[in-house]
Amino acid sequence: MKKELKVTAIRNGTVIDHITPGKAFEVARILGLEDFSAVVSLAMNVSSGKSGRKDIIKIENRELSKEEVDRISLVAPHATVNIIKEYEVIDKKHVEIPDEIVDILSCSNVNCITQFEPVKTKFLLENSNPLRIRCYYCERVLTEEDIKREITE
Amino acid sequence: MKDVISIKDFDKDEIEQVLQNAGIMEGFIHGTDILRGKILATLFFEPSTRTRLSFESAMKRLGGKVIGFSESGSTSVAKGETLQDTVKITEQYSDIIVIRHPQDGSARLAADAASVPVINAGDGANQHPTQTLLDLYTIKKELKRIDGLKIGLMGDLKYGRTVHSFASALSWYDVSLQLLSPLGLEMLEYIKENLSEKSIPFEEIQEIEDIDVDVLYVTRIQKERFPDVEEYEKVKGSYRITLESLDYIKKAIIMHPLPRVDEIAPEIDKTPNAIYFSQARNGVPVRMALLASLLGWEQ
Repeated sequence: MKKELKVTAIRNGTVIDHITPGKAFEVARILGLEDFSAVVSLAMNVSSGKSGRKDIIKIENRELSKEEVDRISLVAPHATVNIIKEYEVIDKKHVEIPDEIVDILSCSNVNCITQFEPVKTKFLLENSNPLRIRCYYCERVLTEEDIKREITE
Repeated sequence: MKDVISIKDFDKDEIEQVLQNAGIMEGFIHGTDILRGKILATLFFEPSTRTRLSFESAMKRLGGKVIGFSESGSTSVAKGETLQDTVKITEQYSDIIVIRHPQDGSARLAADAASVPVINAGDGANQHPTQTLLDLYTIKKELKRIDGLKIGLMGDLKYGRTVHSFASALSWYDVSLQLLSPLGLEMLEYIKENLSEKSIPFEEIQEIEDIDVDVLYVTRIQKERFPDVEEYEKVKGSYRITLESLDYIKKAIIMHPLPRVDEIAPEIDKTPNAIYFSQARNGVPVRMALLASLLGWEQ
């Protein structure tokens, strides 16, 4: 970890570490990083003792709030968020699945109103282990398998 | 409560309040002016004669008036207007909205868009909460209680919207359930989990002979759920209530959300077990109770 940060260390900002390998683009999309003016670096399939491989995103001069980062939890459930000040990690948190998941997944129910009307999808967390979320509109329950399928598609 | 969208939004006290108010509404069934000057808009994007007439009857018995449409072909929806816009326009002309719509979740979206109360009269395959409330009211009216009863749910328990909502509402009560369905059409896992979480004893059975209940709630088995016609015909035959079935059903009341196809033989209609027609009638006081309380009426 320490070594990783040294190579491409940022002075101030946020490092999202332990992103599920291959999901960095998806995470960047969810966080809306393409609209950021800050410098953003992506590293994919980096070796990691903990999980074999991982993706990393570094955002300079911007501290992401916990709420912002929790939005990535469905795509990268093992990610950690490090807030960096003067090259030091001053805060480190694990992402958590928020109670409301807005505009991240589409509903797997083809007859859900969100597939027809201009409205953001919204899911409510029913259970975190095993993971179960419920569509706020059509009430379809999505399991971890369903969520993975939606994310891959 | 501003809207009535899903039975999941109700806790036991709220359900009981509706049932109690429905009992009071029986006293106003021949007319009152509780809602004089109020207008109900019925937005029926797909046809449902009975539910619409029941709501209209309820509103008129309360002294209110009704506007609306019963199919969307002649509305702005056909011109591409969003549901949210249709609702925002309708609320300019009315005090309360009842919506039936083919898409799941449409009623929730409508309620969020509207500032006036919205009642869900069926959103696709998802919810039809007023049906569940009238089912509970019927049991209470017939048997004077819900707690302590043995209740059987029979038919397509996998795809049946009505039985899902009914099971979910019953889980607030001290009941035990028998779930009678053909193989492949068993109750959904997450609903069974919910029953277990709420310590509701339930038993899954396949034969009418194994029934031992106070209330038997029968629903339709739809042909299109089966891979082949032969399989359907076989199941249809064994899931039909006839006079012979009364040997097992004994004195249990038989309910059905209607319309039935042939899962209950017509000769059952004349037996004291059959209460499905009065069940439909109970939709009126229950809907009166909801309309009145959402528009500010208090006992």
